[in-house]
Amino acid sequence: MEERNLIEAIRALHDGQIRLMEVCGTHTVSISRSGIRGILPKGLELLSGPGCPVCVTPQEEIKQAMDLAREKDTLLLTFGDLMRVPTKHGSFETLKAEGADIRVIFSPFDAIRIAEENPGKKVVFFSVGFETTAPAVAATIVEAKKRGLKNLFFLSAHKLIPPALRALLEGRRVLIDGFILPGHVSVIIGKEPYEFIPQEFGIPCVITGFETHDILEGILMLLKQIREKRAEVQIQYKRAVRPEGNPRARTLMEEVFAERDSRWRGLGLIPLSGFGLRENFKEMDARVAFDLEEPEPIPDPPNCKCAEVLQGLLKPPECPLFGKGCTPQRPVGPCMVSSEGSCAAYYRYGDFHAG
Amino acid sequence: MCLGIPGKVLSIKDDVAEVDFGGVRRHVSLLLCPEVKVGDYVLVHVGFAITKLEEEEAQETLRLLEEYLGREEFD
Repeated sequence: MEERNLIEAIRALHDGQIRLMEVCGTHTVSISRSGIRGILPKGLELLSGPGCPVCVTPQEEIKQAMDLAREKDTLLLTFGDLMRVPTKHGSFETLKAEGADIRVIFSPFDAIRIAEENPGKKVVFFSVGFETTAPAVAATIVEAKKRGLKNLFFLSAHKLIPPALRALLEGRRVLIDGFILPGHVSVIIGKEPYEFIPQEFGIPCVITGFETHDILEGILMLLKQIREKRAEVQIQYKRAVRPEGNPRARTLMEEVFAERDSRWRGLGLIPLSGFGLRENFKEMDARVAFDLEEPEPIPDPPNCKCAEVLQGLLKPPECPLFGKGCTPQRPVGPCMVSSEGSCAAYYRYGDFHAG
Repeated sequence: MCLGIPGKVLSIKDDVAEVDFGGVRRHVSLLLCPEVKVGDYVLVHVGFAITKLEEEEAQETLRLLEEYLGREEFD
């Protein structure tokens, strides 16, 4: 009932051509699964943004981790979503099949146990993720230091959402009338880091939850701001998100990580958009311990349009490979691999609406 | 990857809570949410509680709907 009322209200309030971007991959999945796109009024479009950590991790960062995994006595740990991402040089999965010791972990804390159980190995955790995940990794790094673990290293490919949104807006390639902002990133960082979006770009923002009624309500709140010619950061997902975020998590993140320039698939090099380990934790920083240099960029496969999909310039079905050369079983690009990639979400739920 | 799973805290020992996810019980770190107490609902991401969940603010949704569906100009 409630959802039907929300849809009715959205229809009543919508006017003209409006493009909203859902930044987060979990939103993309939720939208595709619920079929929201198909019931929105004509002219109200939802675009997927760069909010799938696996999808925006460039090939060269994955290759760097694969090179480490090839070294003798190394045990590489990573999140499951990364295993099948294809690069020009294979994937973690193919490398594991060749005999490399690569293991999937569910929680960063597992890395501590595995390092303790394998004292003869150099255990490297290749960690990706946005602000949602970084505090858990930070807590793990602090604990590893406390325990004096000498064989656990972290290769951080963590990335940050607000600088990516700034890069997207400054690029001016895609026109966006409102942002459905990620709920769980915002649980950590709160609303302040997004204030530049309404202030500098005049674009309304709503931090939104993941249930169908949350997303519909987020859309309704955006339409209301647009109609009233207001632009501010509002929180729809109030049961989880406080305006100040999670101060304890933010302090830990700040203690362990320093911002660094980072390359994003689709968006290129974005200043201060990633996290590396601070000087105080350098003995656990894989970049220091293994003397790693910045990897050379690897170009995307021919015809793969992940870069455009990640910027909201193309919808997944508009890619020439979608469902033909590229499927979840045989993915070409990362957006079809990750369970939260927009191509995989569109494909799995048959969500081919033009919007 | 930013998935958060809600669960109810059953017990707490040091920094670790036993959390019930609709019948499945798991240990969850409270290092990011030290204020959590037994009986609270938490949102869990990669083995860590990242926030305490507040009661659903259903009133808020109802208010929004009344505002739109109640107004003649949008009907």
